[in-house]
Amino acid sequence: MAETRYMTINMGPQHPATHGVLRIVLELDGEVVVSATPHLGHLHRGVEKLAESKTYHQAVPLTDRLDYTNAMGNNLAYVLAVEKLLDIEVPKRAQYLRVMMAELQRIAAHLIWLGTHALDIGAMTLLMYTFREREEILRIFEEVAGGRLTPTYLRIGGVSKDLPEGVEEKVKAFVRAFPGHVKEYETLLTENIIWLKRTKGVGAISAEDALNWGVTGPSLRGSGVKYDVRKAFPYSSYEEFQFDIPSGSNGDVYDRYLVRLREMEWSNAIVEQALERLPGGMIIADDPKVALPSKEMVLTDIAALIRHFKIVSEGFQPPVGEVYASVEASKGELGFYIVSDGSNKPCRFRIRTPSFANLSALSSMIKGSLIADVISTIGSIDIVLGEIDR
Amino acid sequence: MEDIGPSVKGLKEKFHVLGVEIFRSEVTVEVPKEDIVEICKYLYSDPDLQYHLLTDLCGLDLFPQAPRFAVVYHLCSIKNNRRLRLKSKVGETESISSVESIWKVANWYEREAYDLFGIHFENHSDLRRILLWDGYEGHPLRKDFPVEGPDFDKPFVPEV
Repeated sequence: MAETRYMTINMGPQHPATHGVLRIVLELDGEVVVSATPHLGHLHRGVEKLAESKTYHQAVPLTDRLDYTNAMGNNLAYVLAVEKLLDIEVPKRAQYLRVMMAELQRIAAHLIWLGTHALDIGAMTLLMYTFREREEILRIFEEVAGGRLTPTYLRIGGVSKDLPEGVEEKVKAFVRAFPGHVKEYETLLTENIIWLKRTKGVGAISAEDALNWGVTGPSLRGSGVKYDVRKAFPYSSYEEFQFDIPSGSNGDVYDRYLVRLREMEWSNAIVEQALERLPGGMIIADDPKVALPSKEMVLTDIAALIRHFKIVSEGFQPPVGEVYASVEASKGELGFYIVSDGSNKPCRFRIRTPSFANLSALSSMIKGSLIADVISTIGSIDIVLGEIDR
Repeated sequence: MEDIGPSVKGLKEKFHVLGVEIFRSEVTVEVPKEDIVEICKYLYSDPDLQYHLLTDLCGLDLFPQAPRFAVVYHLCSIKNNRRLRLKSKVGETESISSVESIWKVANWYEREAYDLFGIHFENHSDLRRILLWDGYEGHPLRKDFPVEGPDFDKPFVPEV
């Protein structure tokens, strides 16, 4: 008898189901995965190094490009860290606008995930449905911020613009229609026998293991750990909103799917509450050393013009110290650890991205499963290579 | 005096703590690198603390200070809803013990710190570059590494 040898297969970096440029080296015994080794770095742009050579305001657009499906949430995590470092108070209206945009973005990010995840498994139809709703959100972003994928809407101290006229009605219309759309998605998948067979009991991870692997976000909650940064360490007035943290119990692909569906509904409810109770007032902190003056002010007031020039060209100098601020991004806990040496540029700019830790758990999830299950498991942990490779 | 929490009190009683700093109500504890594994084990397994989630682990270049590097650990206790930051300084030619045996996620984080700073971790199961390719020279997040890269003005001719 010949000796047993395992077959080694390269999955990626151009495989469509790896959601970017991820390469996984699979060692196979027939069709069963013996071991899986992810290789990263194809999208490494050196964002951390780059941000250390820029002033604090200039780093905001870099954050959009980390997890490019969740730009608003990335902005939020970064500006929260800088605001903590500076110890400045953000006006209530800006906080509510931030919550509203972050939750709309979460819905949009989950819609991309749902569409592509279902596509990977073979349910093509759903992609058409989810991108229809996502388009509505992106249109709202375009009107509010001027950009769709990378809006760079948030500023240190507040937001860049107030809501233009007519947008509130559009958000309201979206919020009213969205629960119906979620039901539509569910009729296609939740009790679909093929979907159940492909996802139930697949890629399971226990709560203890998930924590040990640093998994956060919906992937952790699918295993039954109710850890959500919005509840555990509330930021940007999240303590004033009523919402629940959905969680699963089996930690498999199906539970992670259900958690994200429920999460979209709760995000929708948060947007509705933010819209109902949207306070009036300023949209950016009244701190002339930090906050950029509005465009109208710059064009009509010489003092504002000078101030704008100073802030843009020199930046500001926060006190010496180190802060860590994190938000519940669509993939999990996104944190920024900023060390300041008192100069106008950060001394260390560390980004703790959820996908990085979540992906590290992949090899333990798929050990012993079939190649087809690798596809559905990668889809279910919802990774974006832009924030893994940075 | 702000509340430093039970974890810092426990650490001070049981271990040699180099310093405690509170900035914007975040607690940073500096500990000697020799004790890092024991300290992490204590923080992980003590029933009152239960720091089960290693949120983040990263390197820090303190150039031109000596010792040059620091490894920063961000711990989170879900039970107590608390965060804690540990910091341990490492010299350029020294190494620090890996905490992979406590939190598996440290495997990749430590690989990243090794890749981008050149900090060496003892007892790590698979210490190789993670974001950059094998054979890359230098560690980009060091302060003496140029942002443009060391060879940005040289033509790139691959070996045939």
